[in-house]
Amino acid sequence: MEEVLSLSERVFQLWIHAPHVARNAEAGQFLVLRIDEQGERIPLTISAVKGDLVRVIFMTVGKTTGRLSMIPEGGEIRDIVGPLGRPTALQTYGTCAVIGGGVGIAGAPFIARALRGKGNRVIGILGARSAPFLILEDEMRGACDETFVATDDGTKGQKGFAADLLRAVVAREHLDAAWIIGPAIMMKVTSEVTRPLGIRTFVSLNPIMVDGTGMCGSCRVNVGGKTRFACVDGPEFDAHQVDFDGLLTRLRMYVDEEKEAMEHLHHGQCGAGR
Amino acid sequence: MRGVAGCGEGDLEGNFGEAEPGFSPDEAVEEAGRCLACKKPGCVEGCPVSIDIPAFIRAVAGGDFRSAARILKAENMLPAVCGRVCPQEIQCEGVCVLGVKDRPLAIGKIERFVADWERENGVELPPVALPSGKRVAVVGSGPSGLTAAAELARSGHAVTLYESLHEAGGVLTYGIPPFRLPRDVVQAEIGAVLSLGVDLRLNHLVGKSVPIRDLLSYDAVYVATGAGLPFFMGIPGEHLNGVYSANEFLTRVNLMHADRFPEYDTPVRHGCHVAVVGGGNVAMDAARVARRLGARATLIYRRREEEMPARRAEILHAKEEGVEFLTCANPARVLGKDRVEGVECVRMQICGEEQDGRTWFEPVEGSGFVVDADVFIVAIGTSPNPLLPRCLEGLECGRLGNVVVDGEGRTSLPHVFAGGDVATGAATVILSMGAAKTAVKAMNRMLRGEG
Repeated sequence: MEEVLSLSERVFQLWIHAPHVARNAEAGQFLVLRIDEQGERIPLTISAVKGDLVRVIFMTVGKTTGRLSMIPEGGEIRDIVGPLGRPTALQTYGTCAVIGGGVGIAGAPFIARALRGKGNRVIGILGARSAPFLILEDEMRGACDETFVATDDGTKGQKGFAADLLRAVVAREHLDAAWIIGPAIMMKVTSEVTRPLGIRTFVSLNPIMVDGTGMCGSCRVNVGGKTRFACVDGPEFDAHQVDFDGLLTRLRMYVDEEKEAMEHLHHGQCGAGR
Repeated sequence: MRGVAGCGEGDLEGNFGEAEPGFSPDEAVEEAGRCLACKKPGCVEGCPVSIDIPAFIRAVAGGDFRSAARILKAENMLPAVCGRVCPQEIQCEGVCVLGVKDRPLAIGKIERFVADWERENGVELPPVALPSGKRVAVVGSGPSGLTAAAELARSGHAVTLYESLHEAGGVLTYGIPPFRLPRDVVQAEIGAVLSLGVDLRLNHLVGKSVPIRDLLSYDAVYVATGAGLPFFMGIPGEHLNGVYSANEFLTRVNLMHADRFPEYDTPVRHGCHVAVVGGGNVAMDAARVARRLGARATLIYRRREEEMPARRAEILHAKEEGVEFLTCANPARVLGKDRVEGVECVRMQICGEEQDGRTWFEPVEGSGFVVDADVFIVAIGTSPNPLLPRCLEGLECGRLGNVVVDGEGRTSLPHVFAGGDVATGAATVILSMGAAKTAVKAMNRMLRGEG
């Protein structure tokens, strides 16, 4: 672990020394990490690479992300495997939009830079709950030809959602392709903007995984009526073919257990448990 | 209080200790003494890795366990594993002459005894040839990859063994439960393979973390990535929470220790009533794990019990442990809104014979009934992991995604060999080990420039 940075109250950025991942990573891919022997394996989007370092950004939503945020600089993460999944399908499309929502913005600049490197004109759209939760704005502005920002409460940029900004963009000009990366519900809503216009749209899915290499089948999603595995067939899929309701249901699989794990973690910390 | 807790069904809850006891030294010597020392021993031919069975049995009968271990290790670096999970009844023991009139010699249990004895009394490594100067990559550290790595290292090659998970062993670690194959047994045998000089790289997914050009820069490559991707049934409701592939359910418990949640961070839904569909060893394993998590377990199989592909011994163990069998039935739909609330099944009836001689069953119209279940596990098989074949341009694959190999493990790419489940589709530990040994012989010939 080379650097730990708190981007906002609950959002953290880590630069991790992992040469086998960093040297081979491409935009759109993810990694799976396990903090220690007791840890679970969690997938995180690869947000950037620099030499032998790889960047991940996450929100502390459960026990594992909570523990991850507490690892000090110079600390160790036991296992990291990656890069996993298929990279973003890079082509010269023409004009592309890259839309990031919440902590999902983590993956947006990498994709935007890669698309621009292929000669595309790239429009960036960022949506966050509130100004303090808006991350990587400068980086995104640097990666895109134009960048628009919205917050739910209007504390930064336009008041509203990423979908509202996308609606304004498609009303103004022709889009050849769009990438949406964020919470499942945001991807579901936002991809409805491009559906009636027939704009090729990719979403980067974030289902629960265990191995992340095509062995367990936990990350299955229904895409176009077929069972696909996000870890080996994705994580990017045709937004207009994805069964988001199924994905949202499966993401709630362990809500009770997540609560229990958090209680266990807090008990452990104040010495009251066990 | 716990949302995940089982329902305290039976006295198996939490008991992951080895289910089948092994021989004592006296028992092993006595059993070995039954061997008739046939002039033409069928057992050796019945063994996919050609162990000199009469010789190691003779050593045991004479109380010389060290020699017995040496003889075993000459052909098989994983004897403690094989002694436990090989289907001896259709291999060495299946052709044992003693079995004609009485029970066959318990070769598997004697093998297990010798391996366990050696582990407790100091493991002796087989000799390793002088360095050949050749570099070889083995992809996947399951039984086939471990065997290939061991044989290649013994031949003097510098072997790098790549594993994508955080622990070595493949199906021996994530798949087969500890009550059938204790973790320390697997770890010890992997340790012995590594001490032959094999360089194990965990968390390395070849084709992703290791670029293909790096892989092909080795003098030879052995691909043993296994049968990864689980099949689902394709019935409504399979996306519901509480539906698992057997791979996922077993991996959560065996590899990630979800049975010890929240001490370990990975959860698994224990369920009160677990329904498992399938009739193979993996289905038995899943049902027996479910029982140990405190649930009632029902196994659903579309044919009759005698047609189940699982080993007879595994079927009996499952029954002894209270797994209920529902045969001639097939799931048609998983019921529930978000979570599994039941499995709607149909009765199956015999309709004739398939071309391969297997009895053909068809659903009985209007025979639908509901199995009350809150967890549903699909154990109907797996297909070869598609990741590496996808990355290796020019690698010929079969219709089911299996890597096409000749009788000695050669693929369509020069210097690239393959074996085990990635080539054959899901099979047994020992067949994948036999494939590795055959391929290594051909690899050695190639590396020596003998074509």
